[in-house]
Amino acid sequence: MSSTSASDEANLDTELHAHGDTHGHGSMRSYLVGFALSAILTAIPFWLVMSDVLGNATATSAAVIALAVAQIVVHTICFLHVNTQGEGGWTLVAFVFTAVILLITIGGSLWIMYHLNTNMMPGMMTGQAAQMP
Amino acid sequence: MATIANGEHGDSPTFYLVEQDDHGHGAGSPTMLGFWIYLMSDALIFAALFATFGVLSTSYAGGPMPREIFDLPLVALNTSILLVSSITYGFSMLAMERGQLRATQGWLLLTGLLGASFVGVELYEFGELIAEGATPQRSGFLSGFFTLVGTHGLHVTVGIIWIVVMLVQLNQRGLHLENKRRLQCLSMFWHFLDVIWIGVFTFVYLLGMVR
Repeated sequence: MSSTSASDEANLDTELHAHGDTHGHGSMRSYLVGFALSAILTAIPFWLVMSDVLGNATATSAAVIALAVAQIVVHTICFLHVNTQGEGGWTLVAFVFTAVILLITIGGSLWIMYHLNTNMMPGMMTGQAAQMP
Repeated sequence: MATIANGEHGDSPTFYLVEQDDHGHGAGSPTMLGFWIYLMSDALIFAALFATFGVLSTSYAGGPMPREIFDLPLVALNTSILLVSSITYGFSMLAMERGQLRATQGWLLLTGLLGASFVGVELYEFGELIAEGATPQRSGFLSGFFTLVGTHGLHVTVGIIWIVVMLVQLNQRGLHLENKRRLQCLSMFWHFLDVIWIGVFTFVYLLGMVR
């Protein structure tokens, strides 16, 4: 590569940073912290389930879900670098919006279908019919 | 561009010209936000697949239950592979920012190999399941399982193809602005897939074993 194109590249690089935009720019520290936290937050749920530490399905499920949410937050901050400054905050807005839609879609589907299954149980139908005068 | 800006505004730098010029090809371009919006819409595809799997997750139709067919040590191995590939991609990005072409390519290659072993282990798992008779058409639970996990695996495969393309691009053209932008988009894509995998191993495998 010639020296002129190298200096061009350096110019472009300063322009890039002149934006003051840190989106997608991680530091060694953020990656290492993210990796360490993720490793811990992955190891604990596997350990909880594989050696059945809590001995209670409900408690284990709740703990595993809580750890997953924590790990998703760690990944989003340390690896995806979502913060309040990136793209004037729009990445964060889009992320929060998606999270809300995601919760409504998954939570809502499970809620509705669970109740639908319960109410449509064949036994219940005959039970109601039997109670009719 | 920078000289024009300096010439016009003396020693008080304004960013107007630079910003207008930079749009469309720099790392501060709308491409990054646009790609992020794409990833969020991709997350909604996975939301639909997670919801489907959640609704069907107890519809065994007399077929195998999760605890009978899932091999947790294998899933733990796969999870570790994907997690390590996340940090190796991070190292590639750090090398890119320092302008080290060879290091960027090296870490990128390692990331691609880890991704390929992830897909390999997943295909091995699928092969074992199908050999046991736990095929997608066996029950609603298995249909949901193969669709959700398969879609994630397909995304990882596309990510590997993208990594290979970037390795060729880097080899031919080096670390210019466009390649840096592409690597940053790929970075978001790769880390996003790891986030989706957190949902998969938690809701499909771990909670399936508890149930």
